[in-house]
Amino acid sequence: MTVAEAPALELLREEPTGGEPVLLRRESDLAMTERLLSPLWVRWPWYKYAIGLTGLGTVVLAFAVTYTVITGIGLWGNNIPVAWAFAIINFVWWIGIGHAGTFISAILLLLEVHWRTSINRFAEAMTLFAIIQAGLFPLLHLGRPWFFYWLIPYPSEMGIWPQFRSSLPWDVVAVTTYFTVSLLFWYMGLLPDLATARDRAPMLWQRRLYGIFALGWRGENTHWRHYRITYLVFGGLATPLVLSVHTNVSFDFAIAQLPGWHSAIFPPYFVAGAIYSGFAMVLQLMIPARAIFKLHDVVTKNHLDNMAKMLLVTGWVVTYTYLVEPFLAWYSGNQYEEYVQLVDRPLGPYAWVFWGVIFCNCISVQALWSKRWRTSPVLLFLVCCFVQLGMWSERFMLIITSLHRDFLPSSWRIYTPSWIDWTILGGTCCFFLFLFLLFLRFVPFIPIAELKELRHELARSESLERAERVVRLA
Amino acid sequence: MRSGILAEFDSADALVRAYDRLQHAGYTRLASWTPYPLRALVKRLPESMVPWIMLGAGLFGGGFGYLLQWWCNARDYPINVGGRPLNSAPAFIPITFESAVLAASLAGFFVALGFSGLPRLHHPVFEIEGFERATVDRFWIGIDETDPRYSEELHRELAQMGALRSVRLGGAR
Repeated sequence: MTVAEAPALELLREEPTGGEPVLLRRESDLAMTERLLSPLWVRWPWYKYAIGLTGLGTVVLAFAVTYTVITGIGLWGNNIPVAWAFAIINFVWWIGIGHAGTFISAILLLLEVHWRTSINRFAEAMTLFAIIQAGLFPLLHLGRPWFFYWLIPYPSEMGIWPQFRSSLPWDVVAVTTYFTVSLLFWYMGLLPDLATARDRAPMLWQRRLYGIFALGWRGENTHWRHYRITYLVFGGLATPLVLSVHTNVSFDFAIAQLPGWHSAIFPPYFVAGAIYSGFAMVLQLMIPARAIFKLHDVVTKNHLDNMAKMLLVTGWVVTYTYLVEPFLAWYSGNQYEEYVQLVDRPLGPYAWVFWGVIFCNCISVQALWSKRWRTSPVLLFLVCCFVQLGMWSERFMLIITSLHRDFLPSSWRIYTPSWIDWTILGGTCCFFLFLFLLFLRFVPFIPIAELKELRHELARSESLERAERVVRLA
Repeated sequence: MRSGILAEFDSADALVRAYDRLQHAGYTRLASWTPYPLRALVKRLPESMVPWIMLGAGLFGGGFGYLLQWWCNARDYPINVGGRPLNSAPAFIPITFESAVLAASLAGFFVALGFSGLPRLHHPVFEIEGFERATVDRFWIGIDETDPRYSEELHRELAQMGALRSVRLGGAR
């Protein structure tokens, strides 16, 4: 069999999940490698504008952060009783966005879902960059971020230790672990493709650069022997990890005794919400990238369809929670619970946030019952924007409405964010896109080796099937 | 592998067939280089020990995490919070779990690299003209010079198996 024929066994067959196949084009391995690596070598005319714009936003973020650190967090809108506001909303939002990346790369790896392959690197990079944004907020919220190391148990001259019965040290450990493990998992998956980039790079400096990062990967069978199983075990570790991280984040609220927070439903609710907003973000990034780099044959309509179905599922989990929370408040018979859930949220001063959340998270996503909406990039992108907005507002609702009306009406207060709050939020969005653009420019963002392996495996199973059919006929 | 004979194939199936034939012929020091993992070849190697090391590291990390919290909050500087037990296991579980995962992952990454002999930026096989396609679409097989059955005859045998070409790497010329 020659190189040209090898992919002729190509899999233009239907996916078991229905819909289009996960890979479309018939081409040789060489041609596919060249095509998927080409974004690294060619000029992108629009790139300097995009990187310039997001870079400018990052500079503004740096300014806002510096101003906050020098002056103090009095610049922000939060004050007693709303002591936790934008800092925690944005932290939970960003870290939640990261979860879909790990979900795609780890959970779908274990479930052997084929459509994961084309998008996993993309999604994992999104995870890393989202965690970076998330980490910024609690750090700044410390007020004196230069003392962050007090959270680490080290033998200090003060003779005391961190209090590990609080959920805040849990968060520190969970988020740093999550970042480290995601980075290792991502880098490990990247090694074979960095080696391919090293071997195809047109310029010497590029060969050297990719050569250093590829760590000398040669694709020897002893490499693959350790690599394959380690990657799989990584997937097995990252699966409970991703569930634990947002569980820990939800503990920040659930172990407090505040009406609106103190609820056993929070861990699963937060995890579902995280995956919901994360899938929306993956789609928001992938739909433009797919159009710009013409990736329609590796990121097919089937990918869009499947991810839209994930949105629908997680959207319903979130909707279910919105129903259970008021029910439990009523069932508990506790007047404070009832007030928060049944009066203040739907009818209070922040009612518009509540109803916006219901519209964005529960109603808009119902459009995805239609296959046309699920497979149309533009319409799907629109729904994702609503989901993203809805999930941010949901965290706003959870945090602000639970806090702003204290047990004592004399301390009630209406919270409004300051312009610094908005600048930092906008700045992190720019910084996130800035990092993402750098990733697209310098890293092979579609896993090439994995796609070739998938093609090989699918072609093999197809030829086996064909052989079986021949035997049956005979 | 530092010296021996390497041969290039243009498809995974041809490589697996050649590997089979060489193994049947009694060659033991074989190596292969492929752009993606081939289950058929990886299965023939002894199982990787990395997952067991990860398990060990995870247990160590988890144990360390728990003991650290116990030492800090129950032993060295006991803090009584609402009369709850000092060794408050439920509250110590999250960090115990996270440190277990962290230790296992760090161990897995570095041990898998170490067992593969990486990082190693240069290797004799990179000297071979055209070897860079081993990470793209070509499949290479190598027979080490120290193999008891090794001989220069291999060039001919490999050509019969459908190799595009075979080259001599390093060693005495």
